[in-house]
Amino acid sequence: MTAPTSEELALHILATLDQDGRIATTAGLKYEDQLVDGQVLHGALSSLERREMITFTPLEEERWVLTAEGDEIAAHGSHEAKVFAAVPAGDEGISIADLTAAVGADVAKIGQGKAFKNKWIGKAGASGRLVRLVESVDDVTQADLVEIRDSATHKNAKTLAELKKRKLCDKVKVTYYAVDKAAKFATDLVKQATDLTLDMITSGAWKNLDFKRYNFDALGQEPAGGHLHPLMKVREEFRQIFFEMGFEEMPANRYVESSFWNFDALFQPQQHPARDMHDTFFLKSPATSDRYPRATMEAVKQVHSHGGFGSIGYGYDWKEAEAEKLLLRTHTTAVSSHMLYQLANQPGGFKPAKLFSIDRVFRNETVDATHLAEFHQVEGVIADVGMTLGDLIGFINVFCQKMGVTNVRFKPAYNPYTEPSMEIFSYHAGLGKWVEIGNSGMFRPEMLRPLGLPENVRVIAWGLSLERPTMIKYGIDNIRELLGHKCDLEMIQNNPICRLDKKMGREN
Amino acid sequence: MPTVTVDQQYLFEALGRTYTTDEFRELCFEFGIELEEDTSELAMAIEQIGEAAARAQGLSDKPLYKIDIPANRYDLLSPEGIARSLRIFLGKTKPPTYTVVKPKKGKTMQRIVVKPETAQIRPHVVGAVLRNMTFTPANYESFIALQDKLHTNICRKRTLVAIGTHDLDTLQGPFTYEALAPEKIAFKALNQEKSMAVPELFEHYRTKDKHIGKFLHIIEHSPVYPLILDAKRTVCSLPPIINGDHSKITLKTKNVFIECTATDLTKAKIVLNTIIATFSQYCATPFTVEPVEVVYPDGATHVYPDVSPRNMTAEIDYITSAIGVTLTPAQVVDYLERMSLPATLSADQKQVEVSVPITRSDILHACDIMEDVAIAYGFNNIPKTVPAVNTVGKPLPINKLSDLVRRELALSGFSEVLPLTLCSSDENYAYLRRADPGDEAVVLANPKTVEYQVVRTTLLPGILKTLRENKSRPLPLQVFEVSDIVLRDESLERRARNERRVAVAYANKNSGFEVIHGVLGRVMKMLNVPTSEYRIAESHHDTFFPGRQADILYRDQVIGQFGILHPEVVANFEVLLPVTVLEINLEPFL
Repeated sequence: MTAPTSEELALHILATLDQDGRIATTAGLKYEDQLVDGQVLHGALSSLERREMITFTPLEEERWVLTAEGDEIAAHGSHEAKVFAAVPAGDEGISIADLTAAVGADVAKIGQGKAFKNKWIGKAGASGRLVRLVESVDDVTQADLVEIRDSATHKNAKTLAELKKRKLCDKVKVTYYAVDKAAKFATDLVKQATDLTLDMITSGAWKNLDFKRYNFDALGQEPAGGHLHPLMKVREEFRQIFFEMGFEEMPANRYVESSFWNFDALFQPQQHPARDMHDTFFLKSPATSDRYPRATMEAVKQVHSHGGFGSIGYGYDWKEAEAEKLLLRTHTTAVSSHMLYQLANQPGGFKPAKLFSIDRVFRNETVDATHLAEFHQVEGVIADVGMTLGDLIGFINVFCQKMGVTNVRFKPAYNPYTEPSMEIFSYHAGLGKWVEIGNSGMFRPEMLRPLGLPENVRVIAWGLSLERPTMIKYGIDNIRELLGHKCDLEMIQNNPICRLDKKMGREN
Repeated sequence: MPTVTVDQQYLFEALGRTYTTDEFRELCFEFGIELEEDTSELAMAIEQIGEAAARAQGLSDKPLYKIDIPANRYDLLSPEGIARSLRIFLGKTKPPTYTVVKPKKGKTMQRIVVKPETAQIRPHVVGAVLRNMTFTPANYESFIALQDKLHTNICRKRTLVAIGTHDLDTLQGPFTYEALAPEKIAFKALNQEKSMAVPELFEHYRTKDKHIGKFLHIIEHSPVYPLILDAKRTVCSLPPIINGDHSKITLKTKNVFIECTATDLTKAKIVLNTIIATFSQYCATPFTVEPVEVVYPDGATHVYPDVSPRNMTAEIDYITSAIGVTLTPAQVVDYLERMSLPATLSADQKQVEVSVPITRSDILHACDIMEDVAIAYGFNNIPKTVPAVNTVGKPLPINKLSDLVRRELALSGFSEVLPLTLCSSDENYAYLRRADPGDEAVVLANPKTVEYQVVRTTLLPGILKTLRENKSRPLPLQVFEVSDIVLRDESLERRARNERRVAVAYANKNSGFEVIHGVLGRVMKMLNVPTSEYRIAESHHDTFFPGRQADILYRDQVIGQFGILHPEVVANFEVLLPVTVLEINLEPFL
């Protein structure tokens, strides 16, 4: 005899309902003399309810059930009864070793104690063998347990408590159901269609079919398809902002730079801490290059060591050997400096320009949750005659608004190649304070003039990291989970599209 | 960015009022410094060693401000400097005038005679004397702290400049600046019990005093070590390592002899002037300093310090037009004064003539003057305008093409991954069963992280490492990357170039060779490449499984490969699944 299928059970329930009118409780419901498993029952009832054939309401009830050990005793007798049975009638009795062999160590141990206590058995004189003290016994424990098994309770509360203490039975909460007929009650199950098929449409069968109710609580099927990386989604948003504002993208696909373009051309003195081995990846091979434009190099050397263009310079001994060192660019401003050089030296001379780049930069950092040796920088540069600091502030305001950042202000800061230099702060409502979101400034004449730009041209620039706003927007705390091979494919697949100007609800 | 710890009470007294933390933070923000923390000795200790241990030390809970200052403002490296600059910024006082005062009649100027041997190790020395100082425990602490901060910052950990300060009354001028072999020098160094020969002293610092030991490398390689000696050959200092104990400054010291030895003379002068600017206020006649004459081996003499202001002129029109505000010439002068820059107007009112004081070595150009006007005006008060530059937006062609290909690959069911550009040489070569040709990859000289040795020349290592980290995800794994690799190229200025690559990988319990072959067809179709222009030809690379690999040719040039990776390759990357990859150069399709 096997447990009924959900469909068999459903038919059984319908038949019972048909016969009795209603099922007040499923507590005693049996299928072919077997009690019905609760889960299967619930499945069958739910399925019938979806077909609108029945309604059902849960009834919570307390019930006594046997433990595995209790079940065993109900079926085969208590340990003490087993021990009694194993002790033969008569004076011969049985040795403890033989008893243990006959009923097993556990039963022998527990059963002996109880049988002694009940005065069923005793020890025979000097031999120490076990002998019967009564002719027959009444196995009360077994009878009690059978009663509990069959009625789910016992007439004597004390017995229940004692057996519970002996871990033979326990009290559980069980759910039964009251079942009533519903609108579409019938004793037969008409096969329901689960889906509309081509065949049904062609044959017109759909007209006579009963369609199974759709389970709207279940999840739909994930569409098969690929996914773009969240960092690249944010990059796309920034690109759009730049394009909307008329910016041209710089050729930032050049990771190897000379110290000349990365530092010297930016009026960054050769003893500046950023040029330390600790912060910059210098190259072993190729190690150096002196192929930068010589005239520009001479102008840069002059302005560092002796000044010029109205500047007193840094007054130190500028060494070409430092400028020749090749490195992995530490900022995309290395690209900007070269672009400004080209802007100044193009046929027809300088023309106004708005330039941007979003690309990788490299720092010789110890890697941790907020630092990677490579990350992306977003940079914008505007070059024109007569630009003002007000233009830079106004422009960043518009740019930030497009990013969804509305409350922005500026703090004076220091940067070797910009003057004025301004840190961009935005008010973080969650933290309740102003946080730095980027840097900006007006390039110094000591940087622009040696590159060949006319005196009246002013260049404003600003930059921020791409990872930081991405981590904020997507609520990612560890940069290694965003960029690099430790990134989880599930994260890539499940992160939503990025709308910088909308709250995404995960911002941290 | 350097951080200076300032006693809150001292600051409030100097500023003539109290501030709430928020009010003071705002003042800092406007001025261009940053209130990092509102704390106390006790609070700092609690953070480091825990409440109980900190309280047990009986530390003070006197409120302290930790203030971040810009890296080029050495005049703000002390509580004195910050307090004075803020007082001036708030219009409560005027910038001081510093004066060099010759020694009293009958007294000769202190002199440092430079010996020629110093040229080979540390060629420059400058000096000055502060007379009739009054030290208190607070300003003594600040005096030591400022020297520390200068050493760390502008002196670049004492490599460029080293400061020695001495109780002049314990010494006898004239002084000599010499360079001697280390074994010939013995003296009692600051806070040492006994006199030691330099080799012994260095051994002591190297093994027992790391704080000083870290500076030994600056002179250790040299056959001779620099030395400041007085007329009785008392060792004043062994720069840039340590001063002599004999002349150490105490709370009772009245006359302070300052010497700065250097490899960079400009910075030595700035350091000397910064100490004078900060501490001459404690002299009996505030803001005065006595000069020291330096005599060079060739007989030339220089008198230090030079505390006279530097004159710099800026056009009013330049200042206002660069900021984007309308200001009267008088307003410009007023704003500059608030930034510690005394200024006057030219006769025609078109120029402002600024007397840059010794505190402001950061002023190099008129743009620095313009910035100070903007700060005093308030960055956040400047009218916001939008630049009237009319330009046309334009993507970089290779980036536009990459983005289009990225979208097609995502539409084809592959997910974009973004591994790093830096990897180990083994990952780039040996793990892929490729020999390093020696002239292909850019090699790093000084990576902090050992696994960063080269810039990748193929996208495969990053893709495979990403698959390794994701092998517990449901199969198949389908990923792609469109990014740059770097190749050495002697024809270019930087001797290397980026190349934009497309890589696609499929990992499953079976190889998926046909899937990747299909992706190739799809990419070519999307790039509108007719089948007559590309073909594949069976190849024999060690990276791939024999017989399941092909070169991809576009207009008869090999632009990449696809194939099942060799089982040893996937084992090297611990992927342990059959992986089929495609990698092509995207640039021929521009």
